[in-house]
Amino acid sequence: MADILKKGTQAPAFTLRVTPDQTLSLDEFAGRRVVLAFYPADWSPVCGDQMSLYNHVLPEFRKYGAELLGISVDGAWCHQAYARENKLHFALLSDFEPKGAVATSYGAYRDTEGVAERALFVVDENRMIVWSYCSPIAVNPGADGILDALEELPSLGEEKCRG
Amino acid sequence: MPRLRDPLTPDDHALGDDNALVAVVEYGDYQCPHCAAAQPVVEQILARFGGRLRLVYRHFPLAEVHPVAAPAAEMAEFAGSRGLFWQMHQSIFAAQPRLSVPLLISLAAHLKLPPVAARDALASGTFVPKVQRDFSGGLRSGVNGTPTFFVNGERHDSPHGVATLSSAIHQAMLAARS
Repeated sequence: MADILKKGTQAPAFTLRVTPDQTLSLDEFAGRRVVLAFYPADWSPVCGDQMSLYNHVLPEFRKYGAELLGISVDGAWCHQAYARENKLHFALLSDFEPKGAVATSYGAYRDTEGVAERALFVVDENRMIVWSYCSPIAVNPGADGILDALEELPSLGEEKCRG
Repeated sequence: MPRLRDPLTPDDHALGDDNALVAVVEYGDYQCPHCAAAQPVVEQILARFGGRLRLVYRHFPLAEVHPVAAPAAEMAEFAGSRGLFWQMHQSIFAAQPRLSVPLLISLAAHLKLPPVAARDALASGTFVPKVQRDFSGGLRSGVNGTPTFFVNGERHDSPHGVATLSSAIHQAMLAARS
């Protein structure tokens, strides 16, 4: 398994295609929390696949002030079809050209297969990685680790109240 | 290895002996074909272990891909509130390929449950909180798809899925006795 970036590391910046004609940057989430879910490929043939599961966890992620981004090496058109088929309500980013560059910068690229690891990162409002986990590629890691990590962060509202 | 975080409560639907050595908790979705396929295996396991095993079923509807899964779970809860949870549970799985809200109402009628009350329970969302509680608890316990089984609190992870559940139960029984 790859040596993915650990807690306490600055999350590498990126700009990736989110639809065939639009891009999305990590910088756009400044001041907010982001869950990055790298995964090998769209269209895994099971009904409880990881992205489909996370689609049902979005309200819980948002309760903790976190947005979810899915990232794989699939092209933007492929993501579009996959998101439509599974009625996904979050962005899928295309780490397509240069292939796997963003996954590589997070230590989450598998050179032999040419796909991203099943790697999870929770990035805080200061763009620091506060939790990361790499799952065996065939095992859907579920959402418990992400939810635990988000729960441990101080509530985003608290700091504003003090000021 | 993820572990079950929500302990068994009297609100759970359970078969078998309360004091059984091994408790199996299944998180399932009534519209998931893998759950329907696991049903006969679960029934064989129940027949094999009988009262020595406690089986609990909790809801994990993936509503975005299975639009009737949540109403089906609520209908099972409605039947459960009138003492017929497992009868409805079996009826729903048996009818899976044809599942729809009108069909759920007629399944209620077949079980001699009042269809108007069944329809009202769905319309007013009476059992939505219970189903959501099951779902959230499942997420926190590491349910990563359906069906997911926990054997004495430990998630059953196997590439062969439900096919190896019986031997996992057997192992748990040996471990509990020693």
